[in-house]
Amino acid sequence: MLISLFITCYNDTLFPGTGKSVVRVLERLGHTVEFREAQTCCGQMHYNTGYHPEAVTIMKKFVADFLDAEIVCIPSSSCVAMIRDHYPKMAKEAGLEKEVAELVPKVFEFTEFLTDKLGVTDVGATYPHSVTMHTSCHALRSLDCGDRPQRLLKAVRGLDYLELPAGDQCCGFGGTFAIKNAEVSTAMLSEKMRSVLDTGAEVCTGSDNSCLMHIGGGLTRQRGTARCVHIAEILASEEGDQ
Amino acid sequence: MSIRVGESAQAATFPKAAKKLLQNTQLRRNVRRATDTIRGKRAKVVDEMPDWQALRTAGQQIKKRTLRNLDSYLVQFEKACTAAGGKVHWARDADEANAIIIGIIQSHGQKEVIKVKTMTSDETRLNHALEAVGIEPYETDLADLIIQLGHDKPSHIVVPALHKNKSEIRQIFMDTMGLKELGHAPEDLAAAARNFLRERFLRVKVGFSGANFAVAETGSVCVVESEGNGRMCVTLPDVLITMFGVEKIVPSFDDLEVFLQLLPRSATGERMNPYNSIWTGVTPGDGPKEFHVVLLDNGRTKVLADEESRETLHCIRCAACLNACPVYRQTGGHAYGSIYSGPIGAILTPQLQGMEHSTSLPYASSLCGACYEVCPVKINIPEILIHLRRKIVESGGAALTERMGMAVAGYTLADSSRLGKAQKLVQLGRQPLDAIGLPGWSAARDLPTIPTQTFREWWKTRGAK
Repeated sequence: MLISLFITCYNDTLFPGTGKSVVRVLERLGHTVEFREAQTCCGQMHYNTGYHPEAVTIMKKFVADFLDAEIVCIPSSSCVAMIRDHYPKMAKEAGLEKEVAELVPKVFEFTEFLTDKLGVTDVGATYPHSVTMHTSCHALRSLDCGDRPQRLLKAVRGLDYLELPAGDQCCGFGGTFAIKNAEVSTAMLSEKMRSVLDTGAEVCTGSDNSCLMHIGGGLTRQRGTARCVHIAEILASEEGDQ
Repeated sequence: MSIRVGESAQAATFPKAAKKLLQNTQLRRNVRRATDTIRGKRAKVVDEMPDWQALRTAGQQIKKRTLRNLDSYLVQFEKACTAAGGKVHWARDADEANAIIIGIIQSHGQKEVIKVKTMTSDETRLNHALEAVGIEPYETDLADLIIQLGHDKPSHIVVPALHKNKSEIRQIFMDTMGLKELGHAPEDLAAAARNFLRERFLRVKVGFSGANFAVAETGSVCVVESEGNGRMCVTLPDVLITMFGVEKIVPSFDDLEVFLQLLPRSATGERMNPYNSIWTGVTPGDGPKEFHVVLLDNGRTKVLADEESRETLHCIRCAACLNACPVYRQTGGHAYGSIYSGPIGAILTPQLQGMEHSTSLPYASSLCGACYEVCPVKINIPEILIHLRRKIVESGGAALTERMGMAVAGYTLADSSRLGKAQKLVQLGRQPLDAIGLPGWSAARDLPTIPTQTFREWWKTRGAK
């Protein structure tokens, strides 16, 4: 299968390791990955903050860049949620209804792509660490991810999976919310960090680097040893990596 | 027009109010404990309903249908209520509503009124208006009484004194009821309130209530509650005045069946409310001799006119969204500066009283979607929050720095070569960026180290291999 990777703007800039891991996993499973260099962003930040015309411009670009792709795989639940939940409505205003209707069913978040489209749970990974999982709100409520990420994690050799208490609570990131309401965001983060540290896990993973950047940025200021790692990086790990 | 939602136009911005409340650890503990309890109870009684999602859809559909034909349903209600001996008044805004109510009380030469179950009167600041003309309002809902005696403000739609714990309530009662001694058990506090209120129930000639639902077909009004104080308030006085927002109408008596299942399970985690009072006009020899209804607009028809957000008016005030909200959980309700707090408050208050008075509220959410998930009438609150943010931006209400930042980001993201150049700048500015930090962010979180190579750069090197 020819899989087109949409890396997302912040993964491209801040978390290239996540993208490399997606490539590693998909190639290990025998697929071909392409990277369309014209790609930039999905428009989520503009849309959620109220900058509609800018978001529509970015959507048009995304549609033009990926319309003829066989499959678009994205290592970010919130960007997939943006495309699935908001593009159809935005498309009406932009006169792109047909194109968006054609493109949206081809767009998958990385873990749901593995479980639902490729039908695999064991991706041949080894990761000898204790791991807990923060399910982002978009993965939980918009993508309805269920236990898909957990099924993938539990199939990883050497991985000790620990359930995160109060797993349906938002971590407090929320994009510009973390800046506009920094104090409330931090209070929410404190509760999330307590949950993570209570599990005793070495690693907190998830399918959104935005949440993980927020949680991880807080954890580095704690005495605990937990660190945040995107799920793609765990699924890419092989024996001898660590 | 004097449309207002209490004193929310003068309230501090959400981040400012929240910052202060976050320092009150006792309040935060009270809010966490109370919302955890209600959430747990709700989840249990919702899970036992196999048709819960179908009920939600039914509730949503009834509300949609009602709002589409609200004008005719309101007139139908007026006719039916009048035929049953009631008198219907129409109030465009807060001042008009207050004037109507004061006029009725004064026409009976009364100086006191017992009140129950009414958020609209907080909207209009009725108590303030009554006191200004020498009429004494007595709140009789236990939580509202605690708020009134403590000169406090409600912090929750269903449990107004949720931010207070037992011992704080005991102290308020000790200070204001002239008690020599008072036990610490909830039963002791309830008994004290009962003694305090009973005398008023029997003495005061005018009652005032809100309504949960009003039936267009029959002209009936419905109030649901847990205490029975509402039942006394709407049956004991000679004169009863009931005020509710125009969106409280349901077309037919049968429609109540849906809402009387949705509301108690969503609100308090009960299968049924202990008291469901439904009455139609006046009944000679039974209950009030005179019954007035005040239909309040106060900005609602303006909300109705906005197709994108009119479903805000579906709200049945169950407060499930407050209990589920991770933001409300941290701050409690006072941060929202309005009788309507939490996610529903963040969309309702700005729309009712005009966006310019509450531009911070639509941003008081991480858009996590927990509110939408629990809403019994499926109000897509995150979507409406985004719609309101858009309105703020379009009307020039966003900060200049934000507008500039978004414009630059929009320009950069419209073209991958521009993005590539911007990424180079981020990499070059790595050290200073870490040192300066991001305001708000860096107070509690480290920024990630900026990698020396972007993904797209790595891909190029890989392709060359």
